[in-house]
Amino acid sequence: MALGELVQYVVTGLLVGGVYALMSIGLALIFGVMRVVNFAQGDFMMLGMYLTYFLAVGYGVDPLLGALVAIPPFFVLGLVVHRVLLVRVTGGGDPQRLMDAQLILTLGLSLIITNATTMILTPMPRGIRAAYATQAFAVGPVLLNQARSYAFLMALLLAGAVYAFLTRTDLGKALRAAADEPEAAGYQGIDVRAMHGLAFGVGIALVAAAGGLLATYHPIEPTVAVNFIVLMFVAVVLGGLGSIPGAFAGGLLIGLVQSLTLLVLPFQLQNVGVFIAFLLVLYFRPQGLFGQRLRAV
Amino acid sequence: MPGALARLRGLVPIGVVVLVALALTFVLTERYHHRVLTLVLIWATMGLAWNIISGYAGQISFGHQAFFGVGAYVTVLLVVGVRLTPWLGLVAGAVAAVVAAVLIGFPTFRLAGIYFALATLAYPLILRIFMDFLGYQEVAIPMVRDQPALYMQFTDPRAYDLLALAALAGTLLLSHWIETSRLGYALRALKENEQAAEASGVDTFRSKMVAYMLSAAPAAVIGAIYAHAILYVVTPDAVFGLLVIVQTLVVCLVGGAGSKWGPLLGAAIMVPMSETLDATIGDRLPGIQGVVYGAALVLVMLFAPEGLYWWVRGLLPARRTVPTPAGVAVAAGPAGTATAALELATDVAGRAPLARGAALIDVRSVSKAFVGVHALEDVSFAVQAGEILGVIGPNGAGKTTLFNVLNGFLAPDQGEVRYRDERITGLRPNAICRRGVGRTFQVVRSFPHLTVLENVMVGAFVREAATDRARQRARAALAAVGLDARAEVVPGSLTTFDLRLMEVARCLATAPELILLDEPLAGLSRDGVEAMMALVRRVRDAGVTVVIIEHTMYAVVQLVDRLVVLDHGRRIGEGVPGEVVRDPAVIEAYLGKRWLRHVENLKA
Repeated sequence: MALGELVQYVVTGLLVGGVYALMSIGLALIFGVMRVVNFAQGDFMMLGMYLTYFLAVGYGVDPLLGALVAIPPFFVLGLVVHRVLLVRVTGGGDPQRLMDAQLILTLGLSLIITNATTMILTPMPRGIRAAYATQAFAVGPVLLNQARSYAFLMALLLAGAVYAFLTRTDLGKALRAAADEPEAAGYQGIDVRAMHGLAFGVGIALVAAAGGLLATYHPIEPTVAVNFIVLMFVAVVLGGLGSIPGAFAGGLLIGLVQSLTLLVLPFQLQNVGVFIAFLLVLYFRPQGLFGQRLRAV
Repeated sequence: MPGALARLRGLVPIGVVVLVALALTFVLTERYHHRVLTLVLIWATMGLAWNIISGYAGQISFGHQAFFGVGAYVTVLLVVGVRLTPWLGLVAGAVAAVVAAVLIGFPTFRLAGIYFALATLAYPLILRIFMDFLGYQEVAIPMVRDQPALYMQFTDPRAYDLLALAALAGTLLLSHWIETSRLGYALRALKENEQAAEASGVDTFRSKMVAYMLSAAPAAVIGAIYAHAILYVVTPDAVFGLLVIVQTLVVCLVGGAGSKWGPLLGAAIMVPMSETLDATIGDRLPGIQGVVYGAALVLVMLFAPEGLYWWVRGLLPARRTVPTPAGVAVAAGPAGTATAALELATDVAGRAPLARGAALIDVRSVSKAFVGVHALEDVSFAVQAGEILGVIGPNGAGKTTLFNVLNGFLAPDQGEVRYRDERITGLRPNAICRRGVGRTFQVVRSFPHLTVLENVMVGAFVREAATDRARQRARAALAAVGLDARAEVVPGSLTTFDLRLMEVARCLATAPELILLDEPLAGLSRDGVEAMMALVRRVRDAGVTVVIIEHTMYAVVQLVDRLVVLDHGRRIGEGVPGEVVRDPAVIEAYLGKRWLRHVENLKA
């Protein structure tokens, strides 16, 4: 096999992985701060795709811009969902039972969103015809799909902004304190419940933005969440449950594994490589490839 | 035999369920109603299968449709490929599912909690992709017109009702057996507190594996029946898809996990509801079923997280208590009867008692370091049969780490522990417990949803296979510590003192030769301390060797025969209390200079 072909697969994998990385840090942030595994994460991504789609079709908003526009409304939606549902299954109690309740609650939420979307918008797949989706930048012999390149850059930018927010701002530091030591943070006057709401809102906004970016090159349908929620879980576990940089690296890695699997296995088995990598990491390094222990950043 | 009668009484509700379903089979006339009945029976069975591993054992599995699908595919492919009758094919499917459970369980049960749940997601996804890849996207069951019954192809819909009912009855019986057997107690214990279960002699890994295998088989059988009764054409999505596990979760969680009646109740409510909705407005609103299921899950988690069965049971007046069988009911007061109960609780056949003073446990140069801290450094000492040995030392001296090494929670970095001259280092805690080493914890670790009696029974199962005999031994252990009056309450309503008694009773019920007591006097009143010390002496007098960690100095000195003193992970003193408390090194390290002056004042 030519070296050029290998480079092409690696580059394609990384470009796709950038968007996986963005959606995964949303999930990781929610887990890192709230210790909640959000099964409905993929469904908020799907809603983000639809919002971007309708903005593009109805108002001619470029999907790359649409992805950014999706951030404020989904942040608010996240706050509301947290206040109405999640507060009831977080906080005090037996952690194992709480964890079970959270998994089931968010699974139920996911079913409602997927199926209500099917009812309202029909199962028909839709797509945004962005001009750059079918064009590529040529860097030497390697081709970079333009839509994926733009999406990759935007994902990098947003992830960087989140990281700066968490490490540089007082609010971000309060969030991390609430994640690491909720009780001690409470004694320091940090409103842990509000921090949970903030984390959930930001997490949902990020995954919705990732959905908007994905919409530039991926068909939009109500059931699209199922495929991506598992990829997000894999990325977050790879990076060490709850670690933001870990989840970002995990997302890139998933894209890479998916792409490189194509070199050795037929197309239908593309995700088998991902799942096997997932199981191997769970067995041998359940703390993730990079993580030492659970923490937010 | 009254025990046998009681056992039969437990089967009556299952008989009632079967009769009701049979009656429905013959009352219903419309084909569509039969289909709904068949579906109720199928999803109840699948829910019961999931309930074995996720309800009783608490290991939430999001991948149970793997076994459902394996059962369906194996059975149908055997019909298509070699014309094997599905009556045998479903046995083959069940065997394949059990094998799959072993292959999945071995690596996956090393993971706990959330990691286990996430890992189980992957298996049906992988199977689904492989079925697509192998070209089994659509496998139709071939019509066999000459021998329809042999190929499970019936025109009378009642036949499928009966088929699913048979599977349900079998799974109900299996669940009933689990609930009332040693396995059931082990599963409930490990669900509540895995470490306490291990320390009480429950082989948690083996119990989970057995439960997983037992839950895979009915899932496969019902998958095969589903393929023949409902699907006719097997697709990866229909048997490995998300909707299968969603159906299963919905019937279990709405009905209530952890009881055999929960999935049945959930299926009887949710399946007809969603089928009716699907039939009436499903054409116009194709996602209605999913919305209803999703809403059911959300509402149950918000308002009745334990499920309807447990919610209704909570509304009913408290259960009558099982009367104490005569002969075991021993009042706590008279020491003679309590001692008799103690002997009954700790009786074990075929163990030669060691001569008093012989080395029971030999700790040889044990070291254990955590990141940057030497918790134990080259610690050696022996525990002699028949003594009460105190382990003292300031906070952080390594006392609890020492217990964790002795009972197998931690493997030492160096050195070994020998028990009755057998190396026990590297054994699992339950194996060490079975050999005769029991322990209690600094903070009591109970099984909160089990009654006090059931908590103690978990320990008693180390020596008894039969539930009745384990219950008797547990009652004796409770009588021995004077807690028999509280046998039927849950630990949450006990005082600190009673909780500690319960933990000692659970430990005694494992018929230990040696018990490790981790600060049993902590948090007790003066009276409580006296009573606990009297109990420890009685336990020793009954022939059980005791190692005790304690902070309360005046108590330790009165109680123990010998002391081992730890400081910063090293053994700095050993001997009879009178000598140890005068050892300057010990006084300096543990008691401080003030105590030294105090001792000198006493001498003066």
